[in-house]
Formats: sequence, structure tokens, C-alpha cells
Amino acid sequence: MSRPSTQTAASGTADYLDQRTGVGLAVKAFARKVFPDHWSFMLGEIALYSFVVLLITGVFLTLFFVPSMGLTTYEGPMASMNGVEMSEAFASTLHLSFEVTGGLLMRQIHHWAALLFIAAIVTHMMRVFFTGAFRKPREVNWVVGFTLMILGIAAGFSGYSLPDDVLSGNGLRITDGVVKSIPIIGSYLSYFIFGGEFPGEAIIPRLYVVHILLVPALILALIGLHLFFVVLHKHTHYGLPGRTERNVVGYPFFPIYVAKAGGFFFMVFGVLALMGATMTINPVWNYGPYDPSPVAAGAQPDWYMLFLEGALRLMPGQGTEWVIAGFTISLNVLIPALVLPGILFTLLALYPFIEAYVTGDKREHHIADRPRNAPVRTAFGVAVLTAFVVLVLAGSNDILATHFALSINDITNVFRALLIVSPFVAFWVTKRICLGLQRKDRELVLHGHETGRIVRFASGEYIEVHRPLDEYERWVRVAHEPRRPLPLLPAEDERGVRRKGYRRDAFRARLSRFFYEDRVEPVTPAELAEAQAHAGHDAAALERHDDGARGLPEGDGSPRQIGEGPDVDAERVDARER
Amino acid sequence: MSTHEGPQVSGEVTRPAGGELVTGDGEGQLPDRFPNPGLPPHRPRLADTDPAAERRVVRQVALLFGISALGTIGMVVAYFAVPPGETIGSMRLSNLLLGLGLFLAMFGFGAAAIHWAKTVMSDVEHVEQRHPQRSDPQTRSDAVAVLSEGTADSGIGRRGVLKGALVGALALVPLTIAVPLVGEVGGDWNVGKFRNTLWARGKRLTKDPSGEPIRAADVTIGSVFHVIPEGLRDSEHWIEEKAKAVVLMVRLDPSDLTEAPNRRDWSYEGIVAYSKICTHVGCPVALYEQQTHHLLCPCHQSTFDVADGAKVLFGPASRPLPQLPITVDDEGYLIAQDDFAEPIGPSYWERLK
Amino acid sequence: MKAIVDRRHHRLAPVVLLLAALLTMGALYAAFSPTPAGAAVATQTDIDAGRALFTANCATCHGPRAEGRDEVPSLIGVGAAAVDFQVSTGRMPMQASGPQAMAKPPALDAEQTRQLAAYVASLAPGPQIPSAEQVNPALGDAANGMALFRTNCAMCHGAVGSGGALTSGKYAPALGQSTPTEIYEAMLTGPQAMPVFNDANLTPDDKRDVIAFLEAQKAGSPGGTDLGAVGPVSEGLWVWVVGMGLLIASAVWIGAKSS
Repeated sequence: MSRPSTQTAASGTADYLDQRTGVGLAVKAFARKVFPDHWSFMLGEIALYSFVVLLITGVFLTLFFVPSMGLTTYEGPMASMNGVEMSEAFASTLHLSFEVTGGLLMRQIHHWAALLFIAAIVTHMMRVFFTGAFRKPREVNWVVGFTLMILGIAAGFSGYSLPDDVLSGNGLRITDGVVKSIPIIGSYLSYFIFGGEFPGEAIIPRLYVVHILLVPALILALIGLHLFFVVLHKHTHYGLPGRTERNVVGYPFFPIYVAKAGGFFFMVFGVLALMGATMTINPVWNYGPYDPSPVAAGAQPDWYMLFLEGALRLMPGQGTEWVIAGFTISLNVLIPALVLPGILFTLLALYPFIEAYVTGDKREHHIADRPRNAPVRTAFGVAVLTAFVVLVLAGSNDILATHFALSINDITNVFRALLIVSPFVAFWVTKRICLGLQRKDRELVLHGHETGRIVRFASGEYIEVHRPLDEYERWVRVAHEPRRPLPLLPAEDERGVRRKGYRRDAFRARLSRFFYEDRVEPVTPAELAEAQAHAGHDAAALERHDDGARGLPEGDGSPRQIGEGPDVDAERVDARER
Repeated sequence: MSTHEGPQVSGEVTRPAGGELVTGDGEGQLPDRFPNPGLPPHRPRLADTDPAAERRVVRQVALLFGISALGTIGMVVAYFAVPPGETIGSMRLSNLLLGLGLFLAMFGFGAAAIHWAKTVMSDVEHVEQRHPQRSDPQTRSDAVAVLSEGTADSGIGRRGVLKGALVGALALVPLTIAVPLVGEVGGDWNVGKFRNTLWARGKRLTKDPSGEPIRAADVTIGSVFHVIPEGLRDSEHWIEEKAKAVVLMVRLDPSDLTEAPNRRDWSYEGIVAYSKICTHVGCPVALYEQQTHHLLCPCHQSTFDVADGAKVLFGPASRPLPQLPITVDDEGYLIAQDDFAEPIGPSYWERLK
Repeated sequence: MKAIVDRRHHRLAPVVLLLAALLTMGALYAAFSPTPAGAAVATQTDIDAGRALFTANCATCHGPRAEGRDEVPSLIGVGAAAVDFQVSTGRMPMQASGPQAMAKPPALDAEQTRQLAAYVASLAPGPQIPSAEQVNPALGDAANGMALFRTNCAMCHGAVGSGGALTSGKYAPALGQSTPTEIYEAMLTGPQAMPVFNDANLTPDDKRDVIAFLEAQKAGSPGGTDLGAVGPVSEGLWVWVVGMGLLIASAVWIGAKSS
């Protein structure tokens, strides 16, 4: 067949590709795919784009960084480092920072992007948690996302240890101490990681491989899987008018999201560039090359590890190291560094399955919850976040002490108490707030908006006029379904025989009651009708009053409006009636 | 305690002022839940209706793209015109200009694309149907059928021996990589090295990092010295040895010093020396408070009392710092009497064995 | 000359020789040992004025003869350097009892401080106020200074001297506002919780190198603002406030309907 002479370059390329790959099918399916539009759905994108920035700046860095612990002497423009003996890794970092044009910028953007990557992951995870977007069919995607978070932390830790400076080197020393405390295999695991005694000569090259190859490869693969699931399941959307469990409302991928998402990538890169241009991060030339002897005040890891740091600082050491049959078990290290994060991460990873079990909910959910409509879930999330924040602050206790002129010992003791108490307090307060907000929603639906217009009837009664919600406003507040605890079938059947599995069901029913018993159900049409019936006589009286104000002569007994004189402007009243 | 506000008994329903609900009067019932009102009516944007607004918005988008281009040019100019130089100030300027150029280039482009999407591109909402994730029953049974067919073809069917042998051999395969990998990664695996440091009888205490020996007379009350063993730099694996051998030495008024009976001769005229590696997780313990004789570790705030065997006063450490027994040689230089009596630093499983 | 040679076997000859040797050694020492050239020689008037100032400002805590009591240390032997440091930084007279004396605007002017220092120095020999040359950062080696600072000072004062916490409300202050003389004196005298870095531990040249290093920090950071130079905690704070703040604001803008 002959080509039409008007074929353009674009159509020529498309034809070429389609003949070889059948890509037309994919284009047809995907190009106009609809994605919902809400700012809270863009948090995961911040993480994704930070990762892309990490890859781009990271490649730049790999072209200059030397992952070797061999010793060299630095000669360069930084006076305070001249003639100092240091590892090749440290020296190449200094060279990159001071002598490569744009090197310091790339390093700073890279590190800010690493911090932002995990901040965005955590924020995104919170959004997904509080809106219940991990429910079926997205449980697997939640686990994938959780794994991405762990890998992100691993990438960050391995990355900031690469320059082999005093701060990160002490972090590696702490890691060695934690690893050694593991029963039975601890000292061998320490040798495994460091290739011998600490620090050895292997750890930097090994971390380099982990940081530029193993972890990024896993992250890329899992990001692919994560996005694939988003496309497969289609994104959730909020319970706004027009949105149901069976549709997706939003804008097509091409051109809207190509522009918005693509544009957002550039904005993320821009913000990171601004931060890299103006804010110093990880000034390794101040910390100095790693040596086992020095340490500086302000010895903390990057922010996403501060919860571990805080746990290590809060754990008391008195009586927490046990010797059993001559073997040493250091609970003062094991509990904060391994048991606590183990519990936290396991809970996080398994939460969708736990909630599904407790609620018995096996349906697909594509409408994102408003957090207030799942009070116990929201309260639980806030409680865990509170514990996390207490730990982060505890990890910064010396900074708090110097900046707020407090005693570091007092701060530590207060945080010890807070860690135990504050999650419970936070849980209770959040749950009450959620229930309160739900009641407010009910009130609003049943009685409408307060207009601030007070009317006094001739009988002396005062009412405030309420404007009912229109159906669109109302829908947001009544869209969610009432959630009730699981019913519990009787323990014995009609012949008095105890049912097998009753204990398990009873336990589950108890959990379900904990989750759902305290609830505020959404307004039903019947309730609204009744409320409006109650208000009906008021409305009728108001109608009469307003009719009176519209035209009847003064002095006929019609009620007056507070603050209005006898000469009521009829048009004004009419206009306000609308 | 449970608060439960559920659906209330419907009373009579009169026509409410709002007017859009189904009436009572016995005909037809109210639905259990409100119906979805559907998408709200589309409101056109200014740029959709007003040509002047549209022109303005297009100009804004073009301007933002222009800013982006200027940013790129600025960055390239800064690359050539403002190299990092030799001073902190010049490095800072170079970093700032390159970064600001990059910021304008990127952010400008992104803002332009988004402004375009928001104001010019169609903002009519689209609706697509979702389908249950679950495959339809026919597909499922077809899937099962093809799997059964394949399994039948494989002949594995009732041949348990094949299954067992397959699984068994496959389980072993990873060992071919794992054993040499794990075996080689740990160096010489000699964890007994944790027990000993370079310190030995007669080894002089020297200043860190210069290696100068220290006279007892130079250590005045209230001083703190950071100490390494003599000849550290000449040893094999000196960094690993340093990581175990660093010591902190202070001088107290002997009347302030409390010593265990079997350690009375481990100090010298109020000079005491302790391992500088924290017994918690291994940071250097170096914050010596002269007046209180407390030694603070900056990593997790373990506090040790140097005047009383470096016992733990606060924080997550469980054990006191190991003490280095010291004395002076005949030239007045401080020397060690022996190695530490226990492994230094963090605890590990077989520490006491 | 012949008279001396003739008497070389006199029984007091060894004594004379010993005295001559001592005098020679003393003279040589006086000739070659560094004198604090900048410090003005204290006169008796200074010491008397200092005594009066001491009685008025310090004796209530430190005792009428500076002998100290209870927790208040004796000042006998602390030297002019200690007094100069404590009084010129305003730490003394102490504002209120607490974990640590805080720096504040000095209560005495430079002349009075000098007199007070002269008085305390007259009580017993102690560390002297350093000369201008001894504390001149231009003569110091910042690289050696940094190495020394890293080993001896950074654990309390932070990697570049932005301060750090000690136990029970004590702290090692930030050093950015400290003068070279103050820094020298603090190292030499070990105020309050700070250990003493005598000249055998950190020689006078070492101390000057440390001063040179700290002075070099005033040039700031090549990467932009140093965010307080307290390390990853402030970096974490700012990534949330600036980074996530700007980007969430951007996301809200992106998701908002355009007018």
C-alpha cells in the first residue's frame, strides 16, 4: 500500500512503531485514562519525583566519588583540611564539593532529595492510611509501598555513610554495636558486615554497591509494581457528588496529567534546587574524616532514623543487661533498636489485613474515607504518629536542651513518660474529635447553615434562620455508609451444642466492637424529613412573617425583625429570602 | 460506654421548606440513604468565556516558560563565569547562582505546564467505569482449566517422588552461591579479637593523634587527655586497633576518688584512665565535666562517674567503662600496667566466655 | 682572675658554683621564656583597686580572702586569665545560682576587670592573660587547629563550635561570638565544667591554631546558610518546613480549580 503524501513525521513514527509493537492498543487504552484530581493524591508523586532527582544527581556524583577507604592526604582550597590524612572516599567528596563546578550543588540537591523522598513517602503513607485507601483491592500495594519506605531508609543510611566522615562513621559504629548485641550470631554478623573488626576497609565499598545498585534496582522495580497497581486498580477518589464505588471521575491522562504530573516533576526539582542553592546540608568538611576517637555534639542520624535514635536514648540501662549462663543479652540495645522497630514495622505492614479481619469487610473500596468517618482507625494512626514524634524529639534531646535551656536529663525522663502515656491520650482525644466532627456533620445536614439572621415573632419567640444544604453540599456528609460491629452468632445452637470456633468469633466480635461500637451514623432521608418536620412550624411561621414584611401595612401584628425599623425594604427582604 | 446515634423512628413527614425530598402522605417510601446527586454542573472558567482573559492566561504561560529559559541560560552563564574558586565566599556564590538558575529553569517550566493545564486545557470532568478486579467466572474457570491441562501434561500428577525431589534439589541450589558469599564476606571470622587491645604492660600512654608520650606531671587536676597507645600508627590494622584502644585520662584530687579495693593501684596519684568506647553501642565517650567528674557520651547520653569506677549514672549504658591500669615508668611517663580486664565497648553474646 | 683560680679548692667553692649555675639558669630562663608581652604590668594601685572591687562584687560568695566555701571554688591560684575570662564575658558576678554561670553583659569595665585580675593574680601564681600575639588567628594554622578541635573540643562544643549540651542543664556554649582572648583563656583555665587544657596538653601554638580554626568559621558555609550548624536534626526540620511545605502548597495549587 502506498503512503499518503500528507503523512507527517509524527504519524510516520507512530506507524513505524505500531507495525513492530502493536502499540496502538496501549495508546488507545491508556492515553485518555481518567485519574481523579485532588492535591492529596499528589503526595506520592513528590516521592516519585524526588527519586528521579536522586537518580539524576546521583549519576553525577558517581562520576566523582571514589568508594575507597584507602588513605590519602588532601590538598585543596579548603584551608582547614589541607594536609590532613583521610580516606579516598572523604577526599573525593571534598574534591567534588569544592573543586567541581556544580558539584556541591549536586551533592546538596541529592541529600535534600533523599530527606524529601522519605518525608513524602511518610506523608503519602499517612494520607493512604487515614483515607482507608489500603483496603481491598489495594492491600498488596500497601505492602509494596511499605517495602519502598524501608528501602528508602536503607538507601538514605547507606548514602550518607559513604563520605566516611566522623558523624556517619559514628553512626556505623552504633550500627556495629547494635548488631553485636544480637544474641548468638551478633559478633559474626558484625564481622560479616564489616569484613572483620570495625571499621575495616570493606564497609564503604560495600555500602556503595548497596547504595547505587542493589537498593535503587529494588526501588525501581517496586515503583514499577506500585504504579502498575495504581493503574490496574484505578486510583481511589473522595466521596464527592458524582463519584461512586463503580466509577472514576477525573481528567484524562493525556493531556491533563501529562501536563500536571510532568509539571509537578519540574516543580519538585525546582524546589530541591532552591534548597540545594541556599541551605547547607551534611557539611562533611566540618565533621572531618572518620577516626574512631573524635565525636561531635549534635550526633544524630538523618531525620528518618531519629525514631530509632530516640528509642536508644530513652531506654534505661539499669538492670536491662542480663547474663544467662555466661551469655550476655543486652536488652537495653535490643529492645529499642530491634524489638521496637520490629513491632512498629510489622504493625504498619500488616495493618490492612488486621483491619480487614477486625471489620469483616470483604468488599472492594474505591471511595476514600474522610478520616473522621473512621474514628478508631484515625485515632490509632494518630497514636502511632504521636509515639513516633515523641521518639524523634527524644532523639533530638540534646538540641532541645541547648536551644530551650533545659536539662537533658529532665527532657529524657519526661519523654520516657510521654512515650508510654501520650499515645493513649492521643488516641482518646482523636477519637473524640472525630466523633465530634461527625456529629457536627449530622447537625449541619439536619439543620442547615446558620445564616445569622435572627427573627423574632410577635409571640416573642426568637429563631435563627437556617439555610438547608443543597444536595451537593449534603452528599459529602452523608455519602459514607454506617459501619456496625460484626454480629456474633450465638454460642450454642438450638440444641444446646456449643459451636466450634465460638471463642475465636467472640474475640473477633470484641475487636470489631472496639473498632465500630462508638459511632455516629450518617443522616438518612427519614431523619432529615423528621428534622424538617420539626423545623416545619418554624418555617411556616417564617414564611408568614416574611410575607408580611413584603407588603402588608405595618401594625397588623406581623412580627418585626430585630434591628430593622418599620419601613422594611421589600426588595431587600425578597433578595435575602433567596 | 458506647455512644450510638442511629436512625430514628420516622414520624410524620411534612413538606419541608427545602422541597426536594420525596413526600410522605403514605405514597412511596423514603430511600434508606440519600441518592448520589451526580456531578455538579460545570462552571466555565474565565479563560473559557472571556477572550481577553484567555489571552492574558496564555501570556502568563508563555512568560513562565520564558522565565524557565532564562533560568537555564543563567545557570550556563554562571557555570562559566562563576567557578567555585578558592574561598568559601566564592564557592558559596557559585553554588547559589547555579542553584538559582536551576530553580528558575525547573520551577518555571513546571509552573508553566501546570498553569496551562489549569487554565487552558479542558477542565470538563470525565467519568470512566470501574470493573471489579475479580475476573468473571468464565475466565476463572478457563484459567483453572488451562492450568489443569498443563499439570496433566507435566506428568507430575501422582508422582510424589518427582515433586519431592524437585523441591529438595531446588532448596539446595541457593547454597552454591550463599556459602562462598557468606563465607568470604566475614574476613577471618576471628571474633576472639574483640577481647584484646594493643595495651600491654609497659606501653606508654601518648597523646591522640600526635603520639607524644605524656608525663604524669603534665596532667594537672581538671585536665583531660585523649590517649592512644605508643606505636599505634606502626601496628597492622591501626584504625581497627585505635577503635578499641582509645582511652580518656583525667586527673582528680585523690580525695575525690573512690576506688575498689582491688583497683587501688590502677590509678596514679589521682590520674585515672578509662576506655573511651561507650559500653552502650560504641561511640567515643568524651564529654568530661571537670567539676562533677561526670563523663557524658553525646550519642545517647550515657553518663559515667569517673570518680567512682566509671559506673553508670544515667542513660542506656548498663556497664561501667573498663579501666586501664596505669602507673609511671622511671622517666615519669605514664604507662599501662596491662590490657583491659574485659572486652571494651558494647556487649556481645559471648563477651564473658 | 688569679684570686678566683687560687681559691678553686675552697670548701665553699661548690656552693658558689651552684649559686652561679642557678643564677645563670634563671637568667637564661627569664631571657628565653615567653612573657605575656601585651599584659600591662600590674601596679600596687591596681591590686588595691582590685581588692576593693573584689570585696564589693565577689567576696560574698568567694569569701573575703577568695578562699571559697561549700560549692564556691577558691580563687587562690586561678590566675589573672581566669578572672579576665569570667568577668569580661559577664559570667561573673554570677546572675543566679543554677547549673552554670551564663554569659551576659559584663558588670565591670575593662579597666576594672584588669584591676580585679591583678588582685587575684597577686594571691598566688596562676595562668596569665595571653598577649595579643599569642591569640592572633592570622599566625595560627587552621588545619592543625581543626584537627585539635575535633579531638579535644568538638564533643562538647559541636563540630564548628555551635554549642552542645552537657548533663543536668549545663552546656558548652556556642563560640561564634567569643573573642580570641576569651577562647585562649577558657582553654587555659577550664571554667566551670570545661576541663583544663594546660600548656603541656595544648601548647600555646596549639591554642592559637584552635583560635585560627574558629576564626575561619566566620566565613560561613560554602553551601549557603548553615541552619545553625547543629547537624541533621535541623536539616530534618527544614526539609519538612521548607520542602514539604512548598510542595504541598504547590500541590494544593495544582489541584485547585482555576477561576
